[in-house]
Amino acid sequence: MALLFLLPPVATRLGGDYLVSLAGRILIYGLAAAGLDLIVGYGGMVSLGHAAFVGIGAYAVGIFSYAAAESTTVLSWPLTIPGTENALFTLPLAMGLAALFGLVTGIICLRTRGMYFIMITLAFAQMLFYFFVSLEIFGGSDGIVLINRNRLPGIDQESDTTLYYVCLVILLLFLFLGGRVVRSRFGRVIIAGRENEIRAQALGFAIHRYRLVCYVIAAATAGLSGGLLANHTGYVSPDLMHWSRSGEILVMVLLGGMGTLVGPVIGAAALLLMEEFLAMFTEHWMVILGPVLLAVVLFGNQGLYGLWKGITEKDERGDTDDT
Amino acid sequence: MLLLEQILNGLQLGVMLFLMAAGLTLVFGIMQVINLAHGSFYMIGAYTAATVTMHGGSFLLGLAVALPVTAVLGMLVELIILRRLYERNHLDQVLATFGLIFFFNELTRIIWGRQPLFMDVPSFVGGTVEILPGVDYPLYRLAIIGVGILVALFLYLLFSRTRLGMQIRAGAVNRRMIGALGVNIKLLYTLVFGLGTLLAGLAGVMAGPILAVEAGMGESILILTFVVIVIGGIGSVRGALAGALLVGLVDTLGRAFLPDLFRLVISTAAADRFGAAVASMAVYIFMAVILALKPRGLFPANG
Repeated sequence: MALLFLLPPVATRLGGDYLVSLAGRILIYGLAAAGLDLIVGYGGMVSLGHAAFVGIGAYAVGIFSYAAAESTTVLSWPLTIPGTENALFTLPLAMGLAALFGLVTGIICLRTRGMYFIMITLAFAQMLFYFFVSLEIFGGSDGIVLINRNRLPGIDQESDTTLYYVCLVILLLFLFLGGRVVRSRFGRVIIAGRENEIRAQALGFAIHRYRLVCYVIAAATAGLSGGLLANHTGYVSPDLMHWSRSGEILVMVLLGGMGTLVGPVIGAAALLLMEEFLAMFTEHWMVILGPVLLAVVLFGNQGLYGLWKGITEKDERGDTDDT
Repeated sequence: MLLLEQILNGLQLGVMLFLMAAGLTLVFGIMQVINLAHGSFYMIGAYTAATVTMHGGSFLLGLAVALPVTAVLGMLVELIILRRLYERNHLDQVLATFGLIFFFNELTRIIWGRQPLFMDVPSFVGGTVEILPGVDYPLYRLAIIGVGILVALFLYLLFSRTRLGMQIRAGAVNRRMIGALGVNIKLLYTLVFGLGTLLAGLAGVMAGPILAVEAGMGESILILTFVVIVIGGIGSVRGALAGALLVGLVDTLGRAFLPDLFRLVISTAAADRFGAAVASMAVYIFMAVILALKPRGLFPANG
């Protein structure tokens, strides 16, 4: 834990701004993945549309920041909404809009199960992708370039290091709150729904409503990470919502260990680092990543976090049990 | 007139989607496997045909080579990878086939480079045809619709008149039962998968002259294919046909006429912008409506 706080100074000495920026990206995607874990790991619902929420959050920040920088308005009709670069406004807005989309699509998607659910979440994410591509006012497929990062009172937002710390604080906050949520009654109901839906319903729980809340929470979290991402990269485009991004976030969840909240963050680190590492050797790194992914799915099981816990627990137990 | 042209375009898109969806819905229904890599076989079909046509000079030769290649490749993938996924949960299946997409896409880029390939419309179905006095329509697109009708007929005969077809239909309804009844499940699965990839490859070959042949072309049609399957019902080829034609028509007609409809209500500039954007969402809204009324699709296989 202390390691994470010390990371930037160490990283800047080693690799310069690039490593700090990479670390920030890992934290941001880790946040999105941890949110997805609520749905996938704890809820047992495989969603292939999570990138849509990231995109909404990113676009919310992007649109308002652009309007602020250009001194134009976001909307002139029916009411005038000016742009803003205030992070205290844009980030909650990102969360709120993503949550709203999550609510609307969740109501529709959660009526389905299994394969249908996967395909519908995918379809809605792509719908949003195509929508933003054809929306010329917001840049279409070229996207929006952010001139400045959002302002947080009293902080220099242009520094990658400060952004890193902001993301770190937010992520830790989420992991803490999220941990409380999954250990609460609400969390147990969600897990019960995953294990045996009919029994949970027989016990009197309106599983559907619990799942919807879970879905919206995950959506809001993804929206927040999207907002942070927009600030981090300074660029927003429909590609953020492409379903291959949804797939990547899903990969992070599985790679790191689903149903653990922390696992997906490790998974995010693993995937992004692997991409960077492989990219150094060949521009066709995806040829290698594909089979690696396959191997992990076919032969791995608990993800990296599970592996880590397995090792540490074995140390505590000493030898394997013989009793 | 424009409406007839667009309807035909919609039917043509519907036919392509049907080819993609028919095989995939069977894989979903019988093997209960989510296969995201189906689009890759569409792409492989297109690339193979394009390459053979470029070097051999004949579209038919390209077609004749591409179909077996995609079918055999599909069966190989089934044997090596998909078999291990049948008992796994959906997340594993999604991610494994996702890995396959990465692999195939990048492999294509390595072998053929990033520039898209181009296929010419074969000369024996080139040019236009006058379907109504004064209305010309490309013969090639009509040919695609024709192929679609033939394939639908072929599948109908396969399913209703042959033993294999009967086994497939039974498998879509209750696969454990057919195993208990002594059908060679493994072989059946491989054949079904091969059939699916063959159809996908056929769609890819036919799409070659109309769309650009490039890595990643499978993904865009795959999304629509999923929408088709969700609308039609998993495991149902009839549903795939209905869904495909509906989606093809809604998407094409939506894109063609929604901006005009908008223009009736709001200013031209806004209408063009929002019209195009909403038109791109039309199919998904349509899907949402269908699902609201029938959560398991129009013709679910076992219900």
